[in-house]
Amino acid sequence: MLKPLKIEPTHKTPRVYLEPETNTFELGGRSIPEDSVGFYKPILEWMDAYAENPNPKTEFKFELEYFNTSSSKNILELLKKLEAIFNKGNEVHIIWYYDEDDEDMEETGEDYKALLQVPLELVMKAHY
Amino acid sequence: MTYSYFKNMQVNNVIFVYQGEVTADLVSSILQMMENKLDGDGEDKKVKKKVFNVMVECLQNVYHHLDALETSNVSGKINDKRALLMIGKEDTDYYVITGNYILNERVNAVKEKLERVNKCDKEELKKLYQEILSNEEMSDKGTAGLGMIDIARKSGQKLGFDFHYVNEMYSFFSLEAKVSRVQP
Repeated sequence: MLKPLKIEPTHKTPRVYLEPETNTFELGGRSIPEDSVGFYKPILEWMDAYAENPNPKTEFKFELEYFNTSSSKNILELLKKLEAIFNKGNEVHIIWYYDEDDEDMEETGEDYKALLQVPLELVMKAHY
Repeated sequence: MTYSYFKNMQVNNVIFVYQGEVTADLVSSILQMMENKLDGDGEDKKVKKKVFNVMVECLQNVYHHLDALETSNVSGKINDKRALLMIGKEDTDYYVITGNYILNERVNAVKEKLERVNKCDKEELKKLYQEILSNEEMSDKGTAGLGMIDIARKSGQKLGFDFHYVNEMYSFFSLEAKVSRVQP
C-alpha cells in the first residue's frame, strides 16, 4: 500500500492530505511559494505512484484560498495526473471549492475545467 | 529632510516603499506585513484578496526576474539586483509599483507582452491565460509567463509601464498595477 502523503500548511504553502486508505485527497489553503516546482515535485511523484494502483473511486478536493501563477502550472499538472487515472477507466471526481465572494477562484476553476476532460465540479462555499 | 520625505510619501499616498536587493525572504516578509495591514485596516474581503494577489505576483515577478539576471552571468557596472517596491492606497485604488533593471535586449519583448495584455478585455485575458497555461513550458522556477496576465485579470484595469534607458546594458523597467477599492 502506498504511504499517505501529509504536508501541513504554512504561510506560503497549502495543506496536502493524500491518503488512499481513507479515500482522502485534499489540497487546500494558500499556494504562493517562490519555488513552486520544488514544492509540487513530491506531490506529483506521489500521484505517479498512486496512478499505478488507484482506488476504484478517487474524489479529490481543492479548497484553495490563493495561489500564484507559478503554482498554477503545477496544479494543472496535478489535475492532468487525475485525468490520466480517469482515462484508464477509473472513477475520478474533482471538486473545486471557492468562497461565495471569490469570483477569481471561481474563474480559475473554470479555466481548469475548460482545459480538462475529467469531471471537475465547481462548488461554492456559502458563508453562514 | 525627513519631513520632506514624509510629506512626499503622504501626498502620493504611499504606505510602503522599499529600495534595495530583493530576496525571497524579503518578499515573504513584505507580503506578511501588508496582509496584516490590510486586515488591520478592515479592508473589504474581496478587495483584500485582490490586492494581496496582485502584490504576490508583482513582487515575485521582480524576484524571479532579478534571480534570472544573476544566473545569466551578466556583469553590469551598476548594482543590477536592486529594485524598487512601492505600495499605496488612494481614495479609489490600491496601487503596486515595482521598478527593476532589465537588459536592453529584453525591453521589446516585455513591452510587446504588456501592450498585448493591455489591449485585451476581460474575456480575451481569460482566453490568453488558458492558452498559455495549457501550452507553454514552465521554466525551472515554475514561472510560466502568466504573471502579467494574472495581474491584469485581478487588477481589472490597464497596467502602467515605462522603460527608462540607463546605459548600453540596462533599462529601468517600472510596472504599475491598480486594484479598485470598490469591487462589484
